[in-house]
Amino acid sequence: MRASLSQRLTPAVRMGISIAIAVGVYGVSFGALSVAAGLSVWETVALSALMFTGGSQFAFIAVIGGGGAGAAAWAAATLLGVRNGIYGMQLKALLRPPGKAIPLMAQLTIDESTATAVAQDDHDERVRGFWTAGVGVYIMWNAFTLLGALAGNALGDPKMWGLDGAAVAAFLGLLWPRLTDKDPIAIAIIGAIATIALVPFVPPGIPVLGAAAVTAGVWAWRHYHRRAAA
Amino acid sequence: MTLTAWVLLAAFTAYAIKVSGYLLPQAWLDRPPITELAGTLTVGLLASLTSLNTVANGQALVLDARLLSLAAGAIALKLRAPYIVVVLVGALTAALGRRFGLA
Repeated sequence: MRASLSQRLTPAVRMGISIAIAVGVYGVSFGALSVAAGLSVWETVALSALMFTGGSQFAFIAVIGGGGAGAAAWAAATLLGVRNGIYGMQLKALLRPPGKAIPLMAQLTIDESTATAVAQDDHDERVRGFWTAGVGVYIMWNAFTLLGALAGNALGDPKMWGLDGAAVAAFLGLLWPRLTDKDPIAIAIIGAIATIALVPFVPPGIPVLGAAAVTAGVWAWRHYHRRAAA
Repeated sequence: MTLTAWVLLAAFTAYAIKVSGYLLPQAWLDRPPITELAGTLTVGLLASLTSLNTVANGQALVLDARLLSLAAGAIALKLRAPYIVVVLVGALTAALGRRFGLA
């Protein structure tokens, strides 16, 4: 069975597992901060299990912790979740999932599962990447949320273990194989500049949407010019 | 409404947004310009997430040990290290950078 195990651990699966560990452990920060913000352990656990999109969860508890109303927390979380709608569109275009898989896929549609899926070159690897990262982050994120909610800050900051650096390298590792030509390198630079330029001015989670809009604009411009030339 | 009710409503809304992307018709998504758009968005999205994780801290731009992780990760990728090694190099670099006094 050794051969079948190494066959199952394809590059996409290994990427998914690595990213699940690097990112999922941050659930401990979310759990601790959520309880400190005044949510119960059950409300904290419900956010990770049901909402399951880190940026929105942090926004929700930040508003509550700052004394804001439930409606304001809802609005902040919803705004930050909009990018997941774009991810769903993109995953449907690339993975062509069967209809019956969509309800579960939708719940697992987050930054990490989308990034791991779209970074692969063939269809089966994309599917494996999506599910490994999606299920992997789900398990890790929820387990560490519960741990953080119960233990509070006793566990220390995941930053001391360099986990934020691990996330940086993980996303760079997904981007790297795409940077084979002038065109994608230019798009990557434009996306990064748009993101960094937006960070100080908009809530977290929105810069990704801005970068998507700018890269879509580049695509539209090229598309228009090719048509005009044809 | 109680806080628990807002938690549940916000979770439901987040799920509805996630599902909405999958409701676009496959035939429309399969048109060549749209698949090309999906490919372009892939690179823009991965670059955006990489830069966010490197310099963003909430709404602040911060240059800290994560920048070392980016550089070390790039070197590891250039040397064709396996993905898991790249991720570990990123973690180790940030942890060491902090030990030596970087934020």
